[in-house]
Amino acid sequence: MSAGAFAEQGADLELVGIQKRFPGFTAIERLDLTIPAGSFFALLGPSGCGKTTTLRLVAGLEEPTQGRILIGGADVTDTKAHERPVNTVFQSYALFPHMSIIENVSFGLKRRRIADAAGRAHEALRLVELDHLAQRRPQQLSGGQQQRVALARAIVNRPALLLLDEPLGALDLKLRRQMQLELKTIQEEVGLTFLHVTHDQEEAMTMADSVAVMNKGAIEQMGPPAELYESPRTVFVANFLGQSNLFSGDVVGSTNTAITVDAAGARIVVPTERARRHQGRVTIGVRPEKVALHREAPRESAQRNLLGPGHVIDVSFSGVSTQYLVTVPGVGTLTVFAQNIGSGPVAAEGAEVWVSWDVAHGFGLDDDAESAPRFAADDDTETIAVHRREALVAELEER
Amino acid sequence: MAFAAFATAEAQTQAPKRKSRIALFLLLPGIAYLVLFFLAPLISLLLTSLQAPREFGDIGQFDYAFNWQNYTAVIQGYLPHILRSFGYALASTVLALIISYPLAYFIGVKARRRPMLQGLMLVLVIAPFFISFLLRTLAWKQLLSDESFVITSLKALSLMAPDAHFTGTPFAVIFGLTYNFIPFMTLPLYTTLERLDTRFLEAGSDLYASPFTVFRKVTIPLSMPGIVAGTLLTFIPAAGDYINASRDFLGGTETQMMGNVIEANFLVLLNYPAAAALSIILMAVILVLVGVYVKRSGTEELL
Amino acid sequence: MSGEVQAAAVLGELAESEARDPGRRTPRRRRVGLGDWLLPAYTIIAFVFLLIPIVYTFVFSFNDSLKSNISWRGFTFDKWLNVCNVEGGAVCQAFGNSIVIGVAATVIATTLGTMIALALVRYRFRARSAISLLLFLPMATPEVVLGAGLAAQFLAVGVPKDMTTIILAHTMFCISFVVVTVKARISSLDPALEEAGRDLYGSPAQVFWRVTFPLLTPGILAAALLSFALSFDDFIITNFNSGSVSTFPKYVYISASRGIPAEANVIASAVFMFALVLVIAAQVSRTARAKRLAKLG
Repeated sequence: MSAGAFAEQGADLELVGIQKRFPGFTAIERLDLTIPAGSFFALLGPSGCGKTTTLRLVAGLEEPTQGRILIGGADVTDTKAHERPVNTVFQSYALFPHMSIIENVSFGLKRRRIADAAGRAHEALRLVELDHLAQRRPQQLSGGQQQRVALARAIVNRPALLLLDEPLGALDLKLRRQMQLELKTIQEEVGLTFLHVTHDQEEAMTMADSVAVMNKGAIEQMGPPAELYESPRTVFVANFLGQSNLFSGDVVGSTNTAITVDAAGARIVVPTERARRHQGRVTIGVRPEKVALHREAPRESAQRNLLGPGHVIDVSFSGVSTQYLVTVPGVGTLTVFAQNIGSGPVAAEGAEVWVSWDVAHGFGLDDDAESAPRFAADDDTETIAVHRREALVAELEER
Repeated sequence: MAFAAFATAEAQTQAPKRKSRIALFLLLPGIAYLVLFFLAPLISLLLTSLQAPREFGDIGQFDYAFNWQNYTAVIQGYLPHILRSFGYALASTVLALIISYPLAYFIGVKARRRPMLQGLMLVLVIAPFFISFLLRTLAWKQLLSDESFVITSLKALSLMAPDAHFTGTPFAVIFGLTYNFIPFMTLPLYTTLERLDTRFLEAGSDLYASPFTVFRKVTIPLSMPGIVAGTLLTFIPAAGDYINASRDFLGGTETQMMGNVIEANFLVLLNYPAAAALSIILMAVILVLVGVYVKRSGTEELL
Repeated sequence: MSGEVQAAAVLGELAESEARDPGRRTPRRRRVGLGDWLLPAYTIIAFVFLLIPIVYTFVFSFNDSLKSNISWRGFTFDKWLNVCNVEGGAVCQAFGNSIVIGVAATVIATTLGTMIALALVRYRFRARSAISLLLFLPMATPEVVLGAGLAAQFLAVGVPKDMTTIILAHTMFCISFVVVTVKARISSLDPALEEAGRDLYGSPAQVFWRVTFPLLTPGILAAALLSFALSFDDFIITNFNSGSVSTFPKYVYISASRGIPAEANVIASAVFMFALVLVIAAQVSRTARAKRLAKLG
């Protein structure tokens, strides 16, 4: 099938003031979101953040307590799932076990009484390179093949909006990477609007044009992946999207171009344009891969923030890079990623080191510093139990 | 569900082959019992069905023979009973399915998130089992007799002819069979519907199917194992039943089924060959029907 | 069912019960579908239908009837208090026979059936499909055929019909149901539990009696209850193989033509309530356990 065969374009999706309450809890507090036609948009967040509920609201499988849902400008809030120009690739794929692959793919076309349903279904199967398995049953296919059938079953209907509910979650890492690329290619080929829900930050960043990070029923930050990564707005985004070294302190000096923060005696400079608060107590941070490790005290420089001396308390080798944990007295523990350009560790455990980073790489967050604990131990039994329970409750909420 | 449990035996992952002596020890007593008290009686029944009356013998005295005319005789003599048996059984199976499906759907799907309510409703479904089958049927006989409140009211409202009866008619027998086998239908339906993955229903509505189409194209096919098990668990005992059709219960002289004539021939007339031949016919027809039905409904792999 | 699933179900119950609160009305209601009121209403009607004869039987156990118990003649506790005083205690005699037969058939069928179930799940042997068929057939055979077959057999061999023949007959049709019930329980057992038992130095016999058997007990108990219920309520097979021995269903059948005494209703109602209390207690304790697990998180 050529790309041109999918002539219909995707449509805008608008969520206006959406609130969704379930008895006993609120899944979505207030959500406003516009997804432009033809984009690949990712909703990223931990389980229970309300992202799957959002997707189900758009699909029409749940109804919002408040707010409107518009697709291509038309209000669809009051229409049922089967009346919406939306299709979903379900997390479990939900391929009908009592139908063959071709029957699965042509199901939606037949319901809408579209001519040549079988022909179109075969075309869609060719797009995902599975036409040779058309007569099989879903149970006879591998996970990756089932995933592609689920995708074909959705896109064959040329929906204005395609919803992907963690469709790659069940696949192993290698297949996942391959499917991510294929999905992206297909999206570009067919030009539909994709709304992709995932908890995998790497997946969201690789695939999406725009990413919205959700937490506790609200969007924390939205934008292109690189922007979110380089300039996170909140502690949650800074930690959920990659890792961050965060420091809290009072602003002790500010110029037009930079603010200076006193973090337990160490002075750290952040560019004003990259800091969201310019006075009072603030939280600032830097990504671990931006931080350099020095065995000897480097020369002070206005271009670099310098902390130290400290001690390496842990070294873990992970192939392309090595992760060091460095404790600087008074400041706390920092994570440093060093590319393995040479061989062997740059610093051994226990070594005295200094850390530094380019002032331009720092960022300042919007949160109240007090509400942002530096570390939360997550390895004791109680915490694990609490997490298990939260995950369980979240799973229920998402249903 | 009972049927499903055995049909899957073949498909099961093969258990490791271990000390077959222990397996033999475990199997032998039970299997020997079934051979002795199930298989042998069937053969006995087959032999009895071919017996001929003893020359100058008393009533109830027969000798082994190859008297296949017994079969033609009972078919000629009892064809209406044979047809009635399967007709009534079919009608009550269909009715029980129609009545039970929404009930099982509510308990198995709608009440899924309220285990206490679900448990209570399941208890209510099996509650009729706790009271004698015969007494339940008699209760209906009295509730629907000519002098009963229901029937006199219907007659007063001119919904029933003044000289009409309910008990003693085919409707009463079908009604009784339906009532008595509803739990047998509901339980296997519940078992499959309880496991029905509602995500398939959501996928259906996501793919432009209206609620009715989802029900027809997704829910029904996915609950086929329960439908097959339920209809078999209802049809088989209903075809062989003789309580409901008995004159002392809901039936009359014109509603007698195979069970009634088998009982009468065996226990009253002491015409053992006729009773045996009718039993063999009943069993053979049921086995053929069941085989065809399971094949046609395509549930062999689903079972 | 794992504790988590139960916990989830209980949490879900909470959510669902509030979702159904009719007091909470949002201005926009588009999904007032079939399931919202029609199905619950239908369910209630269906249960009323199912329970009518039971209520009737129960109510008429208090009827101050004479010989036959057809029309209502006034309320009395007499029949409950003097249940064995009618017809020289024929009802109680029949009831006692039913209990003895039920217990005997249950013990034998549960033992034999459990052994077969263990063999079917745990061992591989050649005649497997033949044995499965042999176990399936009694369930697919109408009772009247089973009853007539056994009666023909006893007749051919010259065995007189008495309590023993009834017990033999009941055991036969109970075995298959025991196998099905126990087999389901064994299949759902985690084999790792037995492996753990072996790993912790248990001999095969110790592992069976200390690990496997306790885990199977609920399934075996359920099978035994099912057997007893099947035996207790059986009439058709009993009728062919009982000779002059009376059982409770047979007593009801024989008295049906001349009217059932209210004492039969008393016994049936008592058995009904006993079974109901038993089953509801089991349900409640199971749900309560699930709730407790949910609280533990």
